Amino acid sequence: MHVPDGFINAPVSVAAGVVAVAAVGVSLRGARRELGGPSQAEGSGGERTAPLAGLVAAFVFAVQMLNFPVAAGTSGHLLGGALAAILVGPYTGVLCVSVVLLMQGILFADGGLTALGVNITVMGGVTVVVAYAIFRGLLKVLPPTRRSVTAAAFTGALVSVPAAAAAFTAVYAVGGTTDVPLAKVLTAMVGVHVLIGIGEAAITAATVGAVIAVRPDLVHGARGLHTPLKLRVGGELVDAPAAEAPAPAAHRSTRKFWLTGLVTALVLAGFVSFYASASPDGLEKVAADKGIDAKVEDHAAAGSPLADYGVKDVEDPRLSGGLAGVIGVGATVAVGTGIFITVSRRRRSDELTAASTAPPAAG
Amino acid sequence: MTTAPSLEISGLAYAYPDGHQALFGVDLTVGRGERVALLGPNGAGKTTLVLHLNGILAGGVGSVTVAGLPVEKRNFAEVRRRVGIVFQDPDDQLFMPTVREDVAFGPAAAGLRGAELEERVQGALEQVGMAGFADRPPHHLSFGQRRRVAVATVLAMRPEILVLDEPSSNLDPASRRELADVLRSLDVTVLMVTHDLPYALELCPRAVILSEGVIAADGRTQDLLCDEPLMRSHRLELPFGFDPRSVHVA
Amino acid sequence: MGAGHAHKLYRHGHSPVHRLPPHCKLAAAFAFVLVVVSTPREAVWAFGLYAVLVAGVAAVARIPAGFLLRRLVIEVPFVAFAVLMPFVAQGERVDVLGMSLSVSGLWGAWNVLAKGTLGVAASVLLASTTELRALLLGLQRLKLPPMLVQIASFMIRYGDVVTDELRRMSIARRSRGFEARGVRHWGVLAKTAGALFIRSYERGERVYLAMVSRGYAGSMPVIDEVTATRTQWAYAAVLPVTALAVCLMGWTL
Repeated sequence: MHVPDGFINAPVSVAAGVVAVAAVGVSLRGARRELGGPSQAEGSGGERTAPLAGLVAAFVFAVQMLNFPVAAGTSGHLLGGALAAILVGPYTGVLCVSVVLLMQGILFADGGLTALGVNITVMGGVTVVVAYAIFRGLLKVLPPTRRSVTAAAFTGALVSVPAAAAAFTAVYAVGGTTDVPLAKVLTAMVGVHVLIGIGEAAITAATVGAVIAVRPDLVHGARGLHTPLKLRVGGELVDAPAAEAPAPAAHRSTRKFWLTGLVTALVLAGFVSFYASASPDGLEKVAADKGIDAKVEDHAAAGSPLADYGVKDVEDPRLSGGLAGVIGVGATVAVGTGIFITVSRRRRSDELTAASTAPPAAG
Repeated sequence: MTTAPSLEISGLAYAYPDGHQALFGVDLTVGRGERVALLGPNGAGKTTLVLHLNGILAGGVGSVTVAGLPVEKRNFAEVRRRVGIVFQDPDDQLFMPTVREDVAFGPAAAGLRGAELEERVQGALEQVGMAGFADRPPHHLSFGQRRRVAVATVLAMRPEILVLDEPSSNLDPASRRELADVLRSLDVTVLMVTHDLPYALELCPRAVILSEGVIAADGRTQDLLCDEPLMRSHRLELPFGFDPRSVHVA
Repeated sequence: MGAGHAHKLYRHGHSPVHRLPPHCKLAAAFAFVLVVVSTPREAVWAFGLYAVLVAGVAAVARIPAGFLLRRLVIEVPFVAFAVLMPFVAQGERVDVLGMSLSVSGLWGAWNVLAKGTLGVAASVLLASTTELRALLLGLQRLKLPPMLVQIASFMIRYGDVVTDELRRMSIARRSRGFEARGVRHWGVLAKTAGALFIRSYERGERVYLAMVSRGYAGSMPVIDEVTATRTQWAYAAVLPVTALAVCLMGWTL
């Protein structure tokens, strides 16, 4: 998704630069709070920002190199915005992703210098903010369990990627240098990025789950959960039994939320597939070939970090392009099934929670 | 003032915010110019104790003074100049892009600039035999070299007392000997936290055993190492074939 | 990342371009790219002149053409995108080799290709003539917030360390016979990522302790300061100013 120079005209690039500067400025302040840390003797905290954010940025950079094989020799990797937001908080997340983008732009020429503003705004800002907002919002309505955290992380990451694509389309609408019709760009961008988002979501959720299992205190987005989770039994962290049964009202609103989500997703899916079927040759081709674009990008960051940066990707485009086309047809089905599974799993866990909390209530 | 010992700890007790208590009343005095080994099994509270020496951890009971200066918030800047801690992983300690900047970090934070700063940096690097590496990024150095640079970063602050956390860990025999030579050549008080008993015997005439949060023994290193029941009761084991009695210590 | 492998993007040298202060080069590269982006796409000859300018700088910096061209590969995804444009864009169409292509799409493709390539070339020249450390100092000099420079500096310092950890974990996985083959194995890989995060974060905490132990109180002491003389600024300005002249001609002609 790294936008090169010349893709967005100069005035809009500069404007996006101003937005990016503002976003980073706000994040610098916010990050001091997030990384303040509780227990140091002198306590003021802000001074922990640089080393911690620096290490997290290094982590984001490194994790973008971790290849997640999909099938038939293709693989994807994490973009990391949602993950960073959930693990270290939205401000630090914006900061870390922005620093990574800045360095990629200057050192690797990955993303144009004048497009830095656009890239930081879209990939640093929109991705992180959307992912975190959805994540927190879901945690509010879901029962406070680890599984909720994972589910919320999944959804946050899933939505954040197409949201960034939509944001990019908006920037393109204002300052794009070509007159590819907007609807086509939007559909193609969002469509492809829904696919990418699914991968991003699965990896993000699993990673957050892995961290929460070992060091729940390090997951910024789940800080509210500590108290009920921290029970040390035989040296291992064990879930404490829920102190009180979650209020039934919360349950209903949760279910309502999921229902709304399901309907929205179906409508969205219908919309996408409508467009896709409206002009089968033209559009699917765009989706497929833009799939190349996205896939090759994935590879550019996936291989060895430096010298081969961008060499490895040459072999893959046709393959991944074709694959994207195949997947494109199945996308709607996949999204629907995914949501169905998540919902049913949630319902099952609801039943479980209900079952486990029932005896004390009865006794 | 000049007669004050380098380090004086009395009645130090500390519990972490999560309630886990690590220190239960540590008393320890290290005289000026001494080299003392701090021995103890894992979990004895060694690292906790070290972090008290420059006030990174505080808030328990008891007192720590460094060359007569109490370790308190208002003295932190001076205390941290006087107490040089070399952490176990040199990668944690060498956080600047080049060796030179890293060694300069401490003195520069204390306000030194220009030629004086440069002189400090060069001096410290020469003391550890790394003068030729000033412009290298730390990542390009071998582990042993990084450990020595880590010592230099602390020496550049002209500390009253040098505190080393497991200085010999992960070193090959040659690097180990080089570091020992460096440490022996320094004219500074040393407190060395270690599991490496032969290294302690080689470098430190005196040793103390920290066990379950208190100083359980204090004496000549050779005497302690030869006291088998004592060693065993604190989970300290000599390497196979090593006989501390057979070593001649100056 | 960079440092550990001697920053392979950087080509050691002593050319006048190498010797220019980093902040001058950064400013010049930014200004140049901005000018390029502002040039009307119809002024095809202007882009030719820009290319000559970039080639000139590369020659002065003694950066071989092969090196520069190889590094342009990063652009490939967008070449693919640009090639597509004439097919999907709207408007008046022309027939080329029997294909019906959109005129504005052709212009769009040309626009993205030309500007994107020049932009990549400028950044490659910047990165290949400026050391990492110098780039950071330059950014600091250009009034990037110190905190941001510090974060970038830590990222570069520890990028290698973290990447090495990742590599070691991957070796450990493979030594135990695990080979990630498909979506089924994502769980294991995610655990790796999770462990990597925990290690990185904990290292951050230890680094902070090490810093505090050496008197850190919230701001990095400024040790190296890069300065530029008027002459150096003037040299650095040659590229963007010439480009600006070309751009203005492009608008007026």
